[in-house]
Amino acid sequence: MADDAKMKDVLLGPIASNNPIALQILGVCSALAVTTNMNTAVVMSLALTIVTAFSNFFISMIRNHLPNSIRIIAQMIVIASLVILVDQLLQAFAYGISKSLSVFVGLIITNCIVMGRAEAFAMKNPPIPSFVDGIGNGLGYSAVLLIVGFFRELLGSGSLFGVPIIPLVENGGWYQANGLMLLPPSAFFLIGLLIWALRSWKKDQVETPEFKITHQTNPQEAV
Amino acid sequence: MSRNKDSLQNTIIVSLLLCLVCSVLVSSAAVILKDRQTANKLLERNTNVLAAAGLLKGGESPSDIDALFTEFKVRLVDVSTGHYLTEDAMAAEGITLDTYDQRRAAKDPKLNILVPGKEDIAVIKRQAKYAAVYILEREGKIESIVLPVHGYGLWSTLYGFLAVEGDGNTVSGLTFYEHAETPGLGGEVDNPKWKAQWPGKHMLDAQGDLALSVVKAKTKVLDDNTVDGLSGATLTTRGIDNLVKFWLGDRGFGSYLANVREGEM
Repeated sequence: MADDAKMKDVLLGPIASNNPIALQILGVCSALAVTTNMNTAVVMSLALTIVTAFSNFFISMIRNHLPNSIRIIAQMIVIASLVILVDQLLQAFAYGISKSLSVFVGLIITNCIVMGRAEAFAMKNPPIPSFVDGIGNGLGYSAVLLIVGFFRELLGSGSLFGVPIIPLVENGGWYQANGLMLLPPSAFFLIGLLIWALRSWKKDQVETPEFKITHQTNPQEAV
Repeated sequence: MSRNKDSLQNTIIVSLLLCLVCSVLVSSAAVILKDRQTANKLLERNTNVLAAAGLLKGGESPSDIDALFTEFKVRLVDVSTGHYLTEDAMAAEGITLDTYDQRRAAKDPKLNILVPGKEDIAVIKRQAKYAAVYILEREGKIESIVLPVHGYGLWSTLYGFLAVEGDGNTVSGLTFYEHAETPGLGGEVDNPKWKAQWPGKHMLDAQGDLALSVVKAKTKVLDDNTVDGLSGATLTTRGIDNLVKFWLGDRGFGSYLANVREGEM
């Protein structure tokens, strides 16, 4: 079926060629906040993927009944309910992680990726493709979070998923942990490097410059 | 479609239905999961109490923690007098031992007291009138008392437990379970190596005055009452020094611990 190829594109497209963080630069706030270690990054990725997928699914289901004038607020209601649901589940079954994610689970409500997909995709497509699109974008977000989380935890605390990998100086090893990696700015650097790498690989993602510095056409003598 | 989806009627119906479905979903989730969530909160508190008392070796399962915690008795202390609250006094205040939440009480105008600016060295502004303490008694003797403490560091209020031995003078541990200090600098309050300095220190000096403090080992020789601060985290260290002084002082557990030392409790 020709649909299969399209589905695959909807699912896998957002991971590299149309990544919500790297290309559209959405959802960066939470990507800075929850990537200090892999555990929180994984849980946050899962939470966002689930919320995006199901909010896309439900919004697409009711898209033909949604009056235009209240469509954004209606999308918000669906998203907010799902986020509260996820937050409640985390508090019940993964209390430690829900504490370290603190407000950022709640802030999925305002995550531009979720809203963006609901408005741009789910409002125009049937439920199943919308669901797949939600999973795909969630995976794109997760990919960036996991890469950033991997480097931040490894270089910042010498461990992965809390398991020590590099022996730290404090514990008698050789590696002096890089404290900057545990602070939010390091995620900016890492995401920046990631975008650079991605755009060197996929040249079509490079934006056309809005301004171009031309040669000076009217030479003037230095005074 | 027969109906115009943008009509006023349809707008109201759709929004009502949507809100109804969503609110049922959210409220039922909240109700169904409530028991598990409260159990989690309790387990976390008990784990922190045990950790402060130095009874955890790591890797305990929730049932181990419950079993260990059954040895502890929870009592409410009136911080101004240093005595335990009687059942009647609790009923008069409308609180019960099981549901008393000290952090919430600190925000409740009925249950808190203003800390005067000059005395507020831990920068907590208001404190709860009653503090929940956790007491480990074995063979009729108090072995360990775990006291809740909190105070401002550099970025955040640090919440933790200070464990004291039955003599009311020897520290057996200090753990923080919630803070947002700089990772790698002030965040080192969680480092087991730093925490290992606390057990065995004494609150009182030879003259019987409160002397427990956090100092810079470079400028001062560490003795029985002093703990080395964290390098690179002067303000967090100062915060901990202040909060320890506050909670062991007259506004905190000073009178309670004095009672313990005299064997009255």
